[in-house]
Amino acid sequence: MSTKVQKVVVSKPDEGVNLQTYVTGFVASISLTLVAYALVMRHALSKDTIVAAIACLAAIQAIVQLIFFLHVGRETKPRWKLLVFGFMVVVVFIIVVGSIWIMNNLNYRMTPDEMNQYLKSQESL
Amino acid sequence: MSTTSVKKQLRYMPENDSDSKTVFGFWLYLMTDCIVFASLFATYAVLHNNNFGGPNARELFNMPFVLTETLILLTSSFTCGLAIIAARRQQQSQAMMWFFVTFLLGLAFLSMELTEFHHMVIEGNSWRRSGFLSSYFTLVGTHGLHIAVGLLWMATMMLKVAKTGLTNANLRRLTLLSLFWHFLDLIWIFIFTIVYLMGALGV
Repeated sequence: MSTKVQKVVVSKPDEGVNLQTYVTGFVASISLTLVAYALVMRHALSKDTIVAAIACLAAIQAIVQLIFFLHVGRETKPRWKLLVFGFMVVVVFIIVVGSIWIMNNLNYRMTPDEMNQYLKSQESL
Repeated sequence: MSTTSVKKQLRYMPENDSDSKTVFGFWLYLMTDCIVFASLFATYAVLHNNNFGGPNARELFNMPFVLTETLILLTSSFTCGLAIIAARRQQQSQAMMWFFVTFLLGLAFLSMELTEFHHMVIEGNSWRRSGFLSSYFTLVGTHGLHIAVGLLWMATMMLKVAKTGLTNANLRRLTLLSLFWHFLDLIWIFIFTIVYLMGALGV
């Protein structure tokens, strides 16, 4: 009985929905987007630094939007949404990093001569 | 906790509990959709330098145009939030107004994206040109398709709310719609950074 009551208390429909969170999220997102854009268009830093910087800015903006727009982590205790989200991040990491790793490795192992011959034979078709 | 307060809260239980389960179910769908986008991002990451003598990302993209698109989508995500706040407060006309603004911004975004695609295709840079362009059109096109579905859903919901008002069932549907819309904005951050910004850098 007591567990049921707790469930009722926690599943209130408006978990952390108010104007202030949306305004904060919006202002932060706009600023992060403009900073990333300016970094790329100005070319003031070296390429590697800019790539690292815009990747960080994207990650920060994703976290900002997850918290302020999608209300991740704002639910009360059995945090199923957060758990599923964490699992998704792991799967996405495996798919993306795994694909890039494997394909770059294949690319590295394929000798240029063989590749050119293959391309020539394809063009003659 | 006294028995009277327990009873009082239990009365609302079925509604709230099924609502939170529905939202959770929709959340599961969004997470699997993330995995769809992850595979498309992985494909793009692998193929983005294979331009087969065609144009590369740097020559192709019009950055101020893309920034405008991004800011429009971001604003629409914000107005969607304002709409859901108004809806939860039972301010129907205000909610409808914000949903309408969100709809127009979404439509503006989609038409800009289609204009961009149209320019590329008539210049001969369609998905058939190179591996880079195939993966580009698949990734960005899938996002655009989601936006189109979201717009259709939003239009349907606006008609439904105009007819039946802000009932509990409609509020639940609007909550799911707003989750979907914010999610699309989240995916766009990565498209903007990985496809457009890194493309402009020539990475």
